[in-house]
Amino acid sequence: MATLTIPYDLAVREHGPTVLRVCRAVLGSDVEAEDAWSESFLAALQAWPELPATTNVQAWLVTVAHRKAVDIIRRRVRHAVPYGDLPEPPPDAGPDHSAALDLRRAVALLPERQRLCVAYHHLGGLPYNDVAALIGGTPAAARRAAADGVAALRRHLAQNDPEEP
Amino acid sequence: MSTLHAAYDATSADLDRLSSHLVARAAEANLVDVAYVIDDSPLGRLLLAATARGVVRISFEIEDHDAQLARLARQISPRVLAAPARLDQLRRELDGYFAGTRTRFSVPLDRSLSSGYRRSVHEHLSTIPYGSTESYAQVATLLGKPKASRAVGTACATNPLPIVVPCHRVVRSDGTLGGYAGGLPAKRALLDRERAEHN
Repeated sequence: MATLTIPYDLAVREHGPTVLRVCRAVLGSDVEAEDAWSESFLAALQAWPELPATTNVQAWLVTVAHRKAVDIIRRRVRHAVPYGDLPEPPPDAGPDHSAALDLRRAVALLPERQRLCVAYHHLGGLPYNDVAALIGGTPAAARRAAADGVAALRRHLAQNDPEEP
Repeated sequence: MSTLHAAYDATSADLDRLSSHLVARAAEANLVDVAYVIDDSPLGRLLLAATARGVVRISFEIEDHDAQLARLARQISPRVLAAPARLDQLRRELDGYFAGTRTRFSVPLDRSLSSGYRRSVHEHLSTIPYGSTESYAQVATLLGKPKASRAVGTACATNPLPIVVPCHRVVRSDGTLGGYAGGLPAKRALLDRERAEHN
């Protein structure tokens, strides 16, 4: 079977930002997200030459990142680290920055399945079939969980900023 | 939800830091099959690439660096990463060569991109001394096939390691330059520089 022959460098440049967004949303903590990102791209580099030419690279990388995030969450449970260590805004942060952190807090407060479905589908671009394969349940249930999550985030945004449609 | 995307955006400094950290860990784990750097030179930007065995490819900007990286991914391995450390010796030697203080290269070479008759031409090129030239016909004769000067020309045109493996030192019997993958002005500049330093 033909294998992928894309220079790995390109994949890191093209999909690195997306994978980091997913890791940040799933884990809440920027420090843990960077660990998950590094572990994911190192594991992906190992497997890279054997990937079939038809691979959807972004979806595959998000799947690898999911497994690494699960590893980190397991370690966290063992060591009883509380969820997330969301950064505090720097004293000179503008309103955009605080709004972003506020939205990230709202994501962190979603029920876990909703948070994962929003992260993998809306940030990672994973189709609901793939999301369901990762976290269990049916694609329809994943779609509902993502929709519920987005609705909750919209309500949160509307409460905090009545101008936001 | 574009607001959601933006809330998780990383700065390019964050991404650069993560990428260099990844390259360092990949190198430790021997997972960088092709390391490369793109470097300025008096002949324009050069793509320099090396495997664990040695320098495997040098290419000129007019050959399209992205296309050359894609070729390396197909021909050698798609584990291609910007890992400049492996090219340090080559970069030092090229600096010395362009400054006129170095007349031969000692950096290890990986000649796996040349094979067959071309390989024997490329190996012969490495014996042509700094500051001198041979003609395509002379090279063909020296390699035992006096009628193969066109094949010598093709071999020179497909030299994966120009500058270091000096295909620029092969010219036509009438003294005109012939061809060069880096363009004729580059070939002329290399020969003029070597002649000037040599005399």
